Amino acid sequence: MLESILTKYPKDQDMLIEILLDVQNQKTDQYLSEAEIEQIASYLSLPTAHVSSAVSFYTFFSTQPRGKHVIQVCKDVPCYLNDSDNLVDTIQKQLGIGMHETTEDGMFTLEPTSCLGICDGAPAMRIGEHTYTKLNKDRVTALLAEYRGKR
Amino acid sequence: MEQKLLTKHIPGMDPMNVQAYLDVEGYQSFLKALKTRPLDIIGDIEQSKLRGRGGAAFPVHMKMMSMAKQKETTRYIICNADEGEPGNFKDRYLMENNPHQLLEGMLIAAYATRANKGYIYIRGEFDTPIKIMQEAIKQAKAHGMLGTNIQGSGFDFDLEIRSGAGSYVCGEEFALIESIEGKSGRTRVKPPFPTDVGLFGKPTLINNVETFSNLPWILSMGGETFASIGTESSTGTKLVSVSGNVKHPGVYEVPFGVPIRDVIDTLGGGTQNAQKIGMVQLSGASGPIIPEYMLDLTIDFDRFEDFDSKTGAGAIIVMDDQKDMFDILKRISDFFDHESCGKCTPCREGNVHMSKLLNKFLQSDATEKDLMNLESLSRVMHQTSLCGLGQSAPTAVLSTLKYFRDTYFDRIEHPQEGGRA
Amino acid sequence: MPTITINNQKIEAKEGQTILEVAKDHHIDIPTLCHFPDLDVQSDCRICMSEIVGQKKLAPSCSTPVKEGMEIKTNSQRVYNARKTITELLLSNHDTNCTACERNMNCELQTLADTLGIDENRFDNILEHEPIDDNNPSITRNADRCIKCGRCIEVCKNVQGIHVLDYMNRSHDTKVAPAHGKFLNDQVCTYCGQCANVCPVASITEKSDLEKVTHAIHDETKHVIVQTAPATRVSLGETLGMDSGSIVTGQMVAALRRVGFDKVFDTDFTADLTIMEEGHELLSRVKEGGKLPMITSCCPGWVNYAEQKNPDMLDHLSTAKSPQQMFGALAKTYYAEKENIDPNNVYVVSIMPCTAKKFEASREEMQVHKETADVDAVLTTRELGKMIKRAGVNFKNIGEESYDAPFGITSGAGAIFGATGGVMEAALRTVSEVVNEKPLEKLDFEDVRGMEGIKEASVTLGENTFKVAVAHTLSNAQKVLDDIKAGVSPYAFIEVMACPGGCIGGGGQPYTTTNAKRQERIDAIYNVDTAMKLRKSHENPAVNTLYEEYLSEPLSKRAHDLLHTHYKRR
Repeated sequence: MLESILTKYPKDQDMLIEILLDVQNQKTDQYLSEAEIEQIASYLSLPTAHVSSAVSFYTFFSTQPRGKHVIQVCKDVPCYLNDSDNLVDTIQKQLGIGMHETTEDGMFTLEPTSCLGICDGAPAMRIGEHTYTKLNKDRVTALLAEYRGKR
Repeated sequence: MEQKLLTKHIPGMDPMNVQAYLDVEGYQSFLKALKTRPLDIIGDIEQSKLRGRGGAAFPVHMKMMSMAKQKETTRYIICNADEGEPGNFKDRYLMENNPHQLLEGMLIAAYATRANKGYIYIRGEFDTPIKIMQEAIKQAKAHGMLGTNIQGSGFDFDLEIRSGAGSYVCGEEFALIESIEGKSGRTRVKPPFPTDVGLFGKPTLINNVETFSNLPWILSMGGETFASIGTESSTGTKLVSVSGNVKHPGVYEVPFGVPIRDVIDTLGGGTQNAQKIGMVQLSGASGPIIPEYMLDLTIDFDRFEDFDSKTGAGAIIVMDDQKDMFDILKRISDFFDHESCGKCTPCREGNVHMSKLLNKFLQSDATEKDLMNLESLSRVMHQTSLCGLGQSAPTAVLSTLKYFRDTYFDRIEHPQEGGRA
Repeated sequence: MPTITINNQKIEAKEGQTILEVAKDHHIDIPTLCHFPDLDVQSDCRICMSEIVGQKKLAPSCSTPVKEGMEIKTNSQRVYNARKTITELLLSNHDTNCTACERNMNCELQTLADTLGIDENRFDNILEHEPIDDNNPSITRNADRCIKCGRCIEVCKNVQGIHVLDYMNRSHDTKVAPAHGKFLNDQVCTYCGQCANVCPVASITEKSDLEKVTHAIHDETKHVIVQTAPATRVSLGETLGMDSGSIVTGQMVAALRRVGFDKVFDTDFTADLTIMEEGHELLSRVKEGGKLPMITSCCPGWVNYAEQKNPDMLDHLSTAKSPQQMFGALAKTYYAEKENIDPNNVYVVSIMPCTAKKFEASREEMQVHKETADVDAVLTTRELGKMIKRAGVNFKNIGEESYDAPFGITSGAGAIFGATGGVMEAALRTVSEVVNEKPLEKLDFEDVRGMEGIKEASVTLGENTFKVAVAHTLSNAQKVLDDIKAGVSPYAFIEVMACPGGCIGGGGQPYTTTNAKRQERIDAIYNVDTAMKLRKSHENPAVNTLYEEYLSEPLSKRAHDLLHTHYKRR
């Protein structure tokens, strides 16, 4: 599977971030293993330490398995002023997990994120590649149900 | 109060259809540029006195001249669309609603500085803008505005989108370049500057989304006319991101020189639930926090410079008087602590101690010594950090030490009573 | 020529100079920490900040070019406060248990704190303990002490071209580590130790074998013998307060006896022996169409590099062991038999300028007898310096003594092994005279000497002229290998040393090994050579006796069994 993703990209070192994002996004458990990191390094003729450094630097990448749907709740001031703490509380209670934890069925991981750049829709969160705004308890409940319904 | 240039055509425009942009004279400025001498284009921009809209407010024509003077023929243009400054969302707004305006601005800049390749570096969280810009590039190409020998002019320009991966510091020019080059986003030693040695070691012009988006307007009305909008030091309009405890958060385009209070009250609708304003943070998390009595300040780069803060991205974050100042300050400090690249000592090690000291105030456990240490640490971080992140991380604290000093002493002397701004 | 003012002193600077460079030229000390003379400017410690009048922020002296009319203050109150605060911040994320540290009294962070007079830390210590990386024989990494100066990454990435270490994570979680944040021995580390050399503190050091050696010395059942590498005699003095490039051979021998070694021998002896074996191996490959170019194999950092990064090139390497290992093999056979000592009780210690030699000694190929390693322990030059101090030996005033026989009779050719080009020159002296059957007019092969990255020379053997090359640093080694792979290498014989300058610049050498110090040590080594009567390996009478008594001739079966080895893809 990794091979087929890699061959889409030219062997240029500046493709690294794009490749890492693509590989991770296509995995159900949303993470990059050591073996994958080494294979990507080899494909781009980069030292493994270089790739490892990039993977550990950017918050998008995880070296530990995560849930299918990664929920990122904004933790910064504009959302905080609009009750994002309550939002976090709601999600934690509904999913039964804390920050940086994954639900037992492997469906959801909860993480904090820095400002999502959509502060006029505070409080905001991102699930996978979708951003949701003007959240309240009802909306969150509906969203989580919607995602649970997805395979 | 609003003056719509960049946002003029947005209502009702379909961002996924280039024809909608062409219908409102889109790409006409670029076509005009193709028949103009590049140095004349830069001259027009110099007349406009356009300053960067990403926060540093650097005169745009100077960067472009620096590029134009380079002997190296391989050159790059980068659009910094890594909008990560909390409280800012105007670049997202522009990309989602008028993507071709940005493309046209980049084309004008590329032609004027003879760059043949461009990148738009969009933060990874901006899923929708990425999709919209990708479609816009496709359509621009199909309409002969990108590619080789554009419109028979002999000018080639190719544009690519690159995604961020969750790092605010990659909005800093060299960290951004490192990221495009496939590395961690650690900034570089300056000098040399990007217009001398930038992406892949070549001369590179980097500007913000809003900055590029102004260029079609400057060419269409002429630099002198553009300069008549706004103030002496800050010409043109500013897209202001208004958020926090306001009724109508959103992006508003105003000419420079408008008082902050007016933007909050008239455009922002005043505070939610009619509370009093306690504090307002300007520019974003890296900007100063000012009290209500200073809100007659006008939106103007030079006024912001007075706070010794390089950030002029134009955000206004309104906080009602129920908020604990130390709660806010710690949250800001935690942001910088999380986002620091870790390269230089004052930022890497300083932010975490800033957070610890602010936490002592938050927990009503602070002493005068803590206050002294906080102030000293803030000044040193501001004066010695390698890049803008570390230099401006303490701006909020330094501004509150100036305008809310009593609140600090209150919290020291009267635990749990002080702190309400 | 910009005219500037520093601390009210008017100064003519040179075009393009940084504040730091101008200050140094005019004897104004600006403290630095991440700055290292031979590496790219990192500008990340922020200690060297200076005040430029008219500028609101302070400027890093190491990377700020001076401009006409600049008024600089290197010691204003603002500057002092900044340096003090930054030093406190560094100390707040550092293991400050100095008396328990290998670099106590010899640490750049300690020196900085002392210079600035840091008597208290306003910031809490927030250090989070990291497990120590010490599961390889050569290098220990202790992340609790790292100050993230980046020098080790620079040297591994840009000088050696390997890039094993990099920054992991970001913000205050930043740490310097190999891939996946794990251990050196999982990665392509060659143990060259250049990282340890440039580390300003004790975050990366050699793995210590001092306890082991001291224990053996005090064990009455052990006959503990020591061999000293060529490079040590021009370097050891630096650990004991002497100038760089001081030739301290005699004192070193005397000190080793005082410290308790039963016999003191010289690796230069087996360096001569290596030339005999390797020289004849080269000649046989030339005559019989063997694999050329032949590449030297006495540098274990280079061998590690070849095995891990270029395993398809292994048959170019000479099969001769290194002088250290030839010594160990002979010590446990020839010497033990001669002295009638059970080889299990012969404990061989070598003093090396090198960290990779510790790994080499532990290789399973380096065991003539299955139960015991040929070389039992390796101490770096730095470790020996400590040992001498601990034993209360007054090095500066000790008299000079001579090595023990039979492994103490050596030639200048053996001595110059310590410098880049030295092995090549020693080999050329021998193969020229052996093939041409007449003495060389000039023994000095200047073309292979010096700090240039890749050097070449030619030698006439009989009717043929051969080109030879010398490379030092692993990035230069890779260049030479790439040419061989591409089929464009014109050389018959290549010397490769992993460390810049050769062994005198090795990973176990005294702090601070700059290129300037390397040059001084190199000059000293060639002086050792010219001062000797015996300057050719094949004229070493003790070596010839060894062949007569034991080995019969170069490349004999016994020579192969004891003095040659093989390599493997890793």
